[in-house]
Amino acid sequence: MHAMPVETAPVELDAIDRRIINRLQDGMPVCDEPYLHIANELAISEADLLQRLQAMLDNKILSRFGPMFHAERLGGGLALAAMRIPEEEFDQIAAQVNQLPEIAHNYERNHEFNMWFVIATEQLDDINAVVSRIENLTGFPVYNMPKIEEYYVGLRFPV
Amino acid sequence: MSDYASRSESGYQLGAMDRKLIKLTQSGLPLVSKPYHALAEQLGISADEVQARFRRMLDYGVIRRIAAVPNHYRLGFRANGMTVWNVPDERVSELGAQIGDLEFVSHCYHRPRHLPDWPYNLFAMVHGGNPEDVQDHIQAIADLIGEDNHGSDVLYSTRILKKTGLRLTN
Repeated sequence: MHAMPVETAPVELDAIDRRIINRLQDGMPVCDEPYLHIANELAISEADLLQRLQAMLDNKILSRFGPMFHAERLGGGLALAAMRIPEEEFDQIAAQVNQLPEIAHNYERNHEFNMWFVIATEQLDDINAVVSRIENLTGFPVYNMPKIEEYYVGLRFPV
Repeated sequence: MSDYASRSESGYQLGAMDRKLIKLTQSGLPLVSKPYHALAEQLGISADEVQARFRRMLDYGVIRRIAAVPNHYRLGFRANGMTVWNVPDERVSELGAQIGDLEFVSHCYHRPRHLPDWPYNLFAMVHGGNPEDVQDHIQAIADLIGEDNHGSDVLYSTRILKKTGLRLTN
């Protein structure tokens, strides 16, 4: 595995932080004072909850706090795709692929299928056009693997 | 911004005001006592309308939930493997639901095979504190699939080549 950036180093959390993280992975209700609602559940003050949430965002213990959007349901297209690229050409092809604004994430993986990216388009029907563009641009086939069915999406790490 | 609404797979008509709310909260919900009032003030609409729009987007699944997303690296989950499985198509829904229920699985999908190069049709992202944990988790999934397991593999990410957030351009 490659060297980790500093902000990915593990940290110690106290018991209250852990309860906050575990509770808030499940979702917060929509109401006038949602933080007060959660604080009451956790038997802490609202001010303490807000302060700890801000601190955990600042320390990057939390990547985000807020609405988790379902990308496809916002109306666009989304697909995972993979490519098999010879090692000596990998960086050059990665740059060609990444220059397309429709590429949301791109990861190198330790496999014969070594490049894995997510294509996100404003219109559902545009995915195939992006796949063709990448194939024409790079000269390598793109293995399009849009999801057929979703069974679970979420992160619920008990901490 | 135009007032057109786009029809999504959920059948929900996303209106211009919904898009404004999505844009305003893409980086997060305001950390103040009354976050929906704060959003309402910015948009010049009532807090009741903001909450009604959020509830509707939750009901239609446009928003999965309003929640904390932990940075799993910071929490010590440093080994993250994309496990892929070749299972019979007629069993994939049932097995996918069971695997998706496992606590260490964050994403689970049925995806198309590309024969003969890519025989796998079930993907499960597995998280652990170290590669040994991930191996244990893979074994647990293999035990669950049992004799329907016609082959599997695990792919670890070695480099992030690009990472951008959700984009909403109009």
